[in-house]
Amino acid sequence: MDDDQGIGRRRWQLAALLSAPLLWLGVAYLGALAVLFLSAFWTVNGFTGEVVREFSLQNFRTIVTEEVYRNVTLRSLGVAVAVTLICVALALPMAYYMAKVASPRARHWLVIAILTPLWASYLVKAYAWRVLLANDGPLDSVVGTPGYGLIAVIIVLTYLWLPYMILPIYAGLERLPDSLLEASADLGGRAGQTFRGVVLPILVPSIFAGSIFTFSLSLGDYITVQIVGGKTQMIGNLVYANVGAANNLPFAAAIATIPVIIMVVYLTAVRRSGALEEL
Amino acid sequence: MTRWVLRAVMALGLFFIYVPLLLVLVNSFNGDRTFGWPPHDFTTQWWSAAWRNGGARDALWTSVKAGLGATAIALVLGTMVAFAVQRFQFFGRDTVSLLVVLPIALPGIVTGIALDSAWRSVIAPLGIGKGLFSVIVGHATFCVVTVYNNVLARLRRSGVNLEEASADLGASPFQTFRYITFPMLRSALLAGGLLAFALSFDEIIVTTFTAGPGIQTLPIWIFNNLFRPNQAPVVNVVAAVLIVLSVLPVWLAQRLAGPEAGASRT
Repeated sequence: MDDDQGIGRRRWQLAALLSAPLLWLGVAYLGALAVLFLSAFWTVNGFTGEVVREFSLQNFRTIVTEEVYRNVTLRSLGVAVAVTLICVALALPMAYYMAKVASPRARHWLVIAILTPLWASYLVKAYAWRVLLANDGPLDSVVGTPGYGLIAVIIVLTYLWLPYMILPIYAGLERLPDSLLEASADLGGRAGQTFRGVVLPILVPSIFAGSIFTFSLSLGDYITVQIVGGKTQMIGNLVYANVGAANNLPFAAAIATIPVIIMVVYLTAVRRSGALEEL
Repeated sequence: MTRWVLRAVMALGLFFIYVPLLLVLVNSFNGDRTFGWPPHDFTTQWWSAAWRNGGARDALWTSVKAGLGATAIALVLGTMVAFAVQRFQFFGRDTVSLLVVLPIALPGIVTGIALDSAWRSVIAPLGIGKGLFSVIVGHATFCVVTVYNNVLARLRRSGVNLEEASADLGASPFQTFRYITFPMLRSALLAGGLLAFALSFDEIIVTTFTAGPGIQTLPIWIFNNLFRPNQAPVVNVVAAVLIVLSVLPVWLAQRLAGPEAGASRT
């Protein structure tokens, strides 16, 4: 009897704790997303500009058949993959140096040095690169600039998301006991072998955790593309153009499903490695 | 040998991270209106021009209000979910944690247009148009995760022993919360709240879609003025101020909660 009451009370407590967050995120937010994706199957009357709420695959047919959309999707995917790979290539040695080579005192300051720019505004950083990459700008006067375009977008996105890759890898390395590295070395493993055979497998969840940020943030970005991309277009730009200038929300919603599907596939694939626990 | 290579990469990495930021700081004193490089004369006139700029100051104030509102909501909702997930067993627990991460995992533009069309079709007919409030709602949605993660980690680490001891010694649930649970969570709430505020303060995409007419947060102001050549020096000073201010939260986290506190941004 007493137990029953205890369970009943805990159930009430749980309901009280979850009700407001679930109303907000589960009902309002998920509901809004659901309606958005439902509207991807609607169309806009080209004459009146009114939304026609009838099921139609027209938007998706356009996206699949017209080459522009395929190119933009592939370009966005390519940028997201490139940014993620460059971030991994830069973050691994940096995080390794921080966690395993630097003295504890230096480590403390290095963590701060990596953390601080995270708090600087996204726009400010993109803006800084706009100035840096300008023709006759500082970079141009030293080594030359690639100018505004696809290369600039990849550089700036890498710059923006690099700390998001360094920090999880650093955290993963910090948990990795030095004794494992010593054991590998004692057994005759060279530095490269130890890294490939011991360090890298253990770091996989951390790398995936970092890649969730670098990949998804690059995939959906359109602000950086506007600031340093010149005429480059990515998925986000198309969505933005269709919400704003073209005033075609159903079509914008249909385009927006592309990155969402890519991200859902990616998250499900990555979840198995335990990456979500590392966030 | 490997050591030297690693050290060189680290140095280059830091160089890559800091050079653009330093450039903004230097340019805020560059006498040339179009930032000719290298700078020839030094001036503080842009700083005084920025100080007098009403648009920038209003936008800053709007950003602070939006950030405080979103942080307050995120603190409440995030703590509630963290308690539910960590202290209770229930069906769909994994789904709840995924739900909290979702608004930040999806591209901002998706969250932005979803909230915008929902607001227009559900809330606007009730007579509540878009304004500062809708910005706060939008920001709170993706800020919950920072508080949730910090509080969850703290609850996981600290267990329930102290709270049980407090209850066994006759404390009421309120007393236990007031004297045991809350002090235990304080630094986690601070870290989560700081992150939530920073996330909100910096956000531009969701803001673009949820802001009512005339509502301009600082990022929106910067973006709107970024492509106007005659505003460039003032934009640059605002950028410089934001870079200098970014030291503040790290310093605060160091002082109040030790080095790990600032280490997980989300």
